Amino acid sequence: MQNPYLPYPVRIDEIITETEDKNLKTFKFVFLNPADEEKFAYRAGQFAELSVTGKGEIPIGIASSPTEKGFVKFTVNRVGLVSTFLHSMKVGDIMGIRGPLGNSYPWDVLEGKNVVIIGGGFAFTTLRASIVYMLDPANRSKFKEINVIYGARTPGMLLYRDELAAWERRDDIKMHITVDGATDPDWKYNVGFVPTITEQKAPQADSDTYAIICGPPIMIKFTQPVLDKMGYAHDHIIMSLENRMKCGIGMCGRCNVGKEFVCKDGPVFTLAQLNTMPKEY
Amino acid sequence: MKVITIDKKDWASGLEKTKSAFQVFGPVKEKEWHSFKALGPGEQPDMAYNNTRLSPKFLVEPQTDPMFTYSLDEAKEGHHILKEVRKDIAPKAVVGIRPCDAAAFLLVKRNFDTPQYQDPYWLEAYNSMTFIGLACNAPCSTCFCTSAGGGPFNETGLDVLLVDVGDSFVAKSLTDKGDKWLSAGGWASATDASGKVEALKQAAETKITSNVRTDNLKTRPTTQLYDAPFWEDAAFSCINCGTCTYSCPTCWCFDIQDEVRGTSGIRMRNWDSCMFPMFTLHGSGHNPRSVKVQRVRQRFMHKLKYYVEKYDDGIQCVGCGRCIRLCPVNIDIRKVCNQMNDYDPAACVCPA
Ligand SMILES: Cc1cc2nc3c(=O)[nH]c(=O)nc-3n(C[C@H](O)[C@H](O)[C@H](O)COP(=O)(O)OP(=O)(O)OC[C@H]3O[C@@H](n4cnc5c(N)ncnc54)[C@H](O)[C@@H]3O)c2cc1C
Ligand code: SF4
Ligand code: SF4
Ligand code: FES
Repeated sequence: MQNPYLPYPVRIDEIITETEDKNLKTFKFVFLNPADEEKFAYRAGQFAELSVTGKGEIPIGIASSPTEKGFVKFTVNRVGLVSTFLHSMKVGDIMGIRGPLGNSYPWDVLEGKNVVIIGGGFAFTTLRASIVYMLDPANRSKFKEINVIYGARTPGMLLYRDELAAWERRDDIKMHITVDGATDPDWKYNVGFVPTITEQKAPQADSDTYAIICGPPIMIKFTQPVLDKMGYAHDHIIMSLENRMKCGIGMCGRCNVGKEFVCKDGPVFTLAQLNTMPKEY
Repeated sequence: MKVITIDKKDWASGLEKTKSAFQVFGPVKEKEWHSFKALGPGEQPDMAYNNTRLSPKFLVEPQTDPMFTYSLDEAKEGHHILKEVRKDIAPKAVVGIRPCDAAAFLLVKRNFDTPQYQDPYWLEAYNSMTFIGLACNAPCSTCFCTSAGGGPFNETGLDVLLVDVGDSFVAKSLTDKGDKWLSAGGWASATDASGKVEALKQAAETKITSNVRTDNLKTRPTTQLYDAPFWEDAAFSCINCGTCTYSCPTCWCFDIQDEVRGTSGIRMRNWDSCMFPMFTLHGSGHNPRSVKVQRVRQRFMHKLKYYVEKYDDGIQCVGCGRCIRLCPVNIDIRKVCNQMNDYDPAACVCPA
């Protein structure tokens, strides 16, 4: 019997400190057994359990895109027991990853559509995976217009800054980067909260346009009315939930929202689905 | 499906014989309470018991169960890589289990044996077992199995059903596993005691006077039940001790923890409970079920609504009555179930 709790062993290949407060690091892993990479075939929007022997496991969104080969990437915020220990680990250390887990963004539905990505803070990880996936030369023609609204408190708190700058220079993706406030006189993008920039920059709703939102609860709370006002139907608003997890496979019982398990039936739900579920997230 | 009679004077010697083919577990009295124990040579189960205080679920899902071992010593080959702890899959016989507790394993199995994932720890333990049930001739006042999909002589989930008819047990074998166990005991006198058994069964069923109504649970909208006015009242006296979930044969929730001593560690799982605030606490401090009423509601909604809707085959409760008998503040699932089933906001004129 296949053991769904057994992680694939990986080696830390690279660690990048992403933000000026040093609380977010990106870990690039390579599989110790090359054949495991194929077994780990994933879609953007899925997550994995990062397994640190001696400490435990944490569910983290996959930040690399399935089009990037030879490694997998995760960006981890330092919070508690496992994430703090992970931040102290070094290149070359051995750990594990278990997955891919969860359902991913609905790529079959999104094909042929306009995609509006709205992200805030460090919840940009699976959104990065999605952008890299859609911009891949083999995939770009499958999607119509791509808009990205991404905000952080300050310029130094934005993730993946080099990539953001490179995307800004392209003409096949419309970037709307914003910060709550900037002291840097050279800041050449937007200043303002994500809901405000969404109202100004997001395309009007139509049946071919889907919004994917990921961010802190406060951002979601104020962005949703904006999308409502712009006419986005609730089955065209896609969100990724977060709940405390252990097993990641729908067995340990803690991550449920109503009868759905965020780990197995989610983490991605449409707002139309969430409207029928208790608000336990 | 053969039916045989086991004369009580041949019971103990036959059971001894089964021990060469099976590890045998049975109800044993310890201080005031019964519980399931492995029976060594010469040890006999107390077949006159009522039921165990804790359910026998721990035989399949132990309260603490090692899943992996590992070494943190970088000088060792394979350090920091998890190694599976395999289950003892030698045949086991659980003798004298009550029909409700055996049926409970089948409700729980739906959680651990899914099309997408199979839990090897749970399934290997479960599959290694042969369940020898003991029909209830004298159910308790808190039993409501007959309205929870079962009954005192229910055969679901059993390999053999024993009925105590006085000076003998009537043993009905229900599966190949059951046949094997009966042959291992050397019991073989065929019988037709169906009249006697039927009379005892009817007598037992009429002794069960409490019941739950479940017919509307599936169709009531989730959000309507979730927002119903009776939760504050239902949760008012609960102290979140978790006794109800720990004693319940159909509660399966668990936690996973790492534990290290020196450079060797284990990853294990432990029973957990939706009654505990830590169960859902995020690292950020946010907690979607931070207050008691949310946790009490989760326990009942899971058993009586979410499960019902998900599997469309009844409630996640076999009516054993343990949570009712053991709750220190007398919270009664029968009352809550009936409240949920009968709740109709359109018809409700009084608050709760
Ligand atoms: C689907 C999903 C994707 C996520 N993606 C990311 C990401 O890309 N980057 C990132 O930094 N964080 C992400 N998180 C949040 C991250 O899982 C938690 O911050 C992390 O588990 C905290 O663990 P800890 O051991 O440091 O904290 P502690 O508070 O010590 O937590 C102990 C244990 O509780 C569980 N736990 C605690 N908080 C959470 C939580 N918010 N969500 C789930 N389990 C929790 C974990 O099992 C953890 O090991 C994601 C969560 C989910 C559910
Ligand atoms: S046994 Fe009773 S008091 Fe204890 S958690 Fe359960 S309902 Fe609450
Ligand atoms: S009566 Fe209580 S303890 Fe028994 S199965 Fe139902 S919920 Fe569990
Ligand atoms: S994390 Fe265990 S059920 Fe979802």
